[in-house]
Amino acid sequence: MSTGNEMLLEKLQANFNEVEPPLSHQEAFEEASRCLYCYDAPCITACPTGIEIPSFIKKIASDNLLGSARKIMEANPVGASCARVCPTEELCEGACVLNGSTQPIMIGKLQRYATDWAIHNEKVLFKSGKPNGKSVGVIGGGPAGLSAARELGLMGYGVTIYEAEEEAGGLDTYGIVSFRLPKRVSFWEVDQVKQVGVDIRTNTRVGRDVSLEELKENHDAVILSVGMSDVPMLGIEGEELNGVHDAIEFVKQTKSGQLSQAFAGKKGVVIGAGNTAIDGATCAVRLGAENMKILYRRSEKEMTAYDFEYEFAKQDGVEFRWLTAPKRLIGDEAGNVCAIECEKMELGEADADGRRRPMPIPDSTFTLEVDFVIKAIGQTRYTDLLEQFNIHHDGGVVTLNDDRFETSVNNVFSCGDVIFGKGQGEAMVVTASEQGKQTAYQVHEKLSGLQAESTA
Amino acid sequence: MYTNVAGIKSPNPFWLASAPPTNSGYQVQRAFEAGWGGAVWKTLGEPIINTSSRFAAVSFNGQRVAGFNNIELITDRPLEVNLREIEETKLRFPDHAIIASLMVEPEQEKWHEIVKRVEAVGVDGLELNFGCPHGMAERGMGAASGQVPELVEKQTYWVKEVAQTPVIVKLTPNITDITVTAESAVQGGADAVSMINTINSLAGVDIHTWNTVPNVDGKGAHGGYCGPAVKPIALNMVAECARNPSINVPISGIGGIGDWQNTVEFMLMGASGVQVCTAAMHHGFSIVEDMIDGLSNYLDEKGIGSVQEIIGKTVPKYSDWGDMDLNYQTVARINNDVCINCNKCHIACEDTAHQCIDMLKGEDGEPILQVREEECVGCNLCSIVCPVDGAIDMIEKDNNLPPLSWNTRQNAINAKSLANS
Repeated sequence: MSTGNEMLLEKLQANFNEVEPPLSHQEAFEEASRCLYCYDAPCITACPTGIEIPSFIKKIASDNLLGSARKIMEANPVGASCARVCPTEELCEGACVLNGSTQPIMIGKLQRYATDWAIHNEKVLFKSGKPNGKSVGVIGGGPAGLSAARELGLMGYGVTIYEAEEEAGGLDTYGIVSFRLPKRVSFWEVDQVKQVGVDIRTNTRVGRDVSLEELKENHDAVILSVGMSDVPMLGIEGEELNGVHDAIEFVKQTKSGQLSQAFAGKKGVVIGAGNTAIDGATCAVRLGAENMKILYRRSEKEMTAYDFEYEFAKQDGVEFRWLTAPKRLIGDEAGNVCAIECEKMELGEADADGRRRPMPIPDSTFTLEVDFVIKAIGQTRYTDLLEQFNIHHDGGVVTLNDDRFETSVNNVFSCGDVIFGKGQGEAMVVTASEQGKQTAYQVHEKLSGLQAESTA
Repeated sequence: MYTNVAGIKSPNPFWLASAPPTNSGYQVQRAFEAGWGGAVWKTLGEPIINTSSRFAAVSFNGQRVAGFNNIELITDRPLEVNLREIEETKLRFPDHAIIASLMVEPEQEKWHEIVKRVEAVGVDGLELNFGCPHGMAERGMGAASGQVPELVEKQTYWVKEVAQTPVIVKLTPNITDITVTAESAVQGGADAVSMINTINSLAGVDIHTWNTVPNVDGKGAHGGYCGPAVKPIALNMVAECARNPSINVPISGIGGIGDWQNTVEFMLMGASGVQVCTAAMHHGFSIVEDMIDGLSNYLDEKGIGSVQEIIGKTVPKYSDWGDMDLNYQTVARINNDVCINCNKCHIACEDTAHQCIDMLKGEDGEPILQVREEECVGCNLCSIVCPVDGAIDMIEKDNNLPPLSWNTRQNAINAKSLANS
């Protein structure tokens, strides 16, 4: 007989099952048959990794699922994750010519169908290239690092990924909520990278477990793809209280080990309104929180979360409090957070980034009772690591030389979220993947002397 | 809607063809209740034994039953049972047409005997099955006799010797020129011809088991093909017979008809009525409701009082290639406001036709497709592959040249060389 705790746990676990149902074989076939198989298709151009979409869809229609999965993963080493997390309506599906006549093809769901098939049937899609005797070290095994490593492995490089966490996959493994992207999908992608001969050393933090000197000595080139770090401090009173969480860490906990039962029936707030804030709020709801409010100092219009994420949070019953800034966190005698003092804001002149600056409204302070607080106001940078490498950066965003993904340090390249920001790049998984590929090609050009030849 | 095919009257032109849907009185009565105007009873003859596993179909791009294949033979129920049920059905539905499909060995007495027996229970007409392509043909019946013009004529003649009701001869398409056997039927005294029976076919091969589809315990044999895929073949055969002056009897059109539009096409091409099977097998008898309704609305909209008025209206427009005007020209024109830029027209033209559709940028940099009309031969391929209605029009291009057919041209050349010699 189950105890009350076991029953609660089972219930919570069910909340974290993937929400989007997969296409059935019949649905996939019918949807694939509907694809027009455009020539010079706009969906391909709209995909940052340039997946030959009509081609993989045609292969679903012809029941060549192995070929379909290979076509997807060839262009995008994290194509199974992207099938689930890409904002497809802004990318491939947004570009589908059928938007003008009927309904766009469900490209994301078809991509998931083909890659799910490969995952389910434990297919190995690629083999490593003929060894060329050269070696590349990749720091960080997230989407960008995995993508770079896979491409280099295919070309015959000896590749080692240094991953600080227990598992590789980065954001896909730890940062994207389970009910959107189960860990097993990310693990399969990691496994595909291992299959091309890439050595992945987990629990290995560069600068602590392995020195920079070792890396430079052991590898002909190094790729820095460490992504971003924790949520920054709010800089307000009470931040050290129990029950104040970092959204990144909060989501990661829901993807590691047993789900926490400490949030059931509790009231919480999330500070910030990006996609991570939505993840924090919806995870809390699924952990049984009774009420979740998202506090944002700007308005709905300035919110950076995708529309579908916003919609999803509303469906989960998350409440939004616009133009509301936290002023102070209040604790009880035991040191647990019990309330948050906020003040109302109004929007002033546009900032340097074009968004209107929020200004406090005098005497508008009010207090909300809370049992926990989740901070989701962006992510900090691995600035120390960049300093150790002597890599030029702008506030933790790596400065690149030309378009070659090379940093200010010779033979040290960089891609992914660590180069995102300050007007550079995009923060999507799919762009990280493409950058990884391009970085691999740049590494190859440099190490094989192709670059010297082409510029000679 | 009233229809009369060689004296066989029915409330509408929609008959069920001789096939599994007309196997029993129960089925035919259900069909009449649903609205079918007539039914050709599943072929009567010496009862046979059918195989288990009989049908197969071809799907195309997710569309099921684009084509249909069967290895079922004629009725496997005793003749007496069928005759009793025909009689009952006719009593219940006196205004609906019941036609008995017949197939016996090519002997005069056998034909005389069966004709007398079925006419005795009150059928409205007879259809001689000279078309069944499988099984029966191996025993010298069906298509085996339908492929020999002399046998078609002789057997029709034997039937006509005793028949009191109109005789329709059902022809096989598994022959080089169907007008030859149609003419033989007319010579034998047929009151009408019906076409087409099924086309020799093998639906497929299972690529995993390497068995044929269908297979009977690992063995396959050719079957007969029908359904939407055969419509163009059937339509041409009907048209060729309709425009042949020696075949001056009504035609009952069969082959891939599934809706009122197909029906109109067959009737315009010379059919006096139509027979349907695959569409009913795919969707049930109720499809006839829209066939009747759609045809009726079509006639009203065109201001045509009787369906019989449309019979053969397109026949004069069907002729030989040599009679077509070689100076007539059409070109493709793309409507960029409707076009969705799938570029299918471009690649079809570029790879497989005449390389005259360009992918360009418009004034605002938006992609547009444009036909170089001077190089377009008017082949229609672009408008065929275009997925959006109205995006590509084929328009007539006036080139100020007088009409000139191949035949006129050759005649003129011959006349000139004759004059010069």
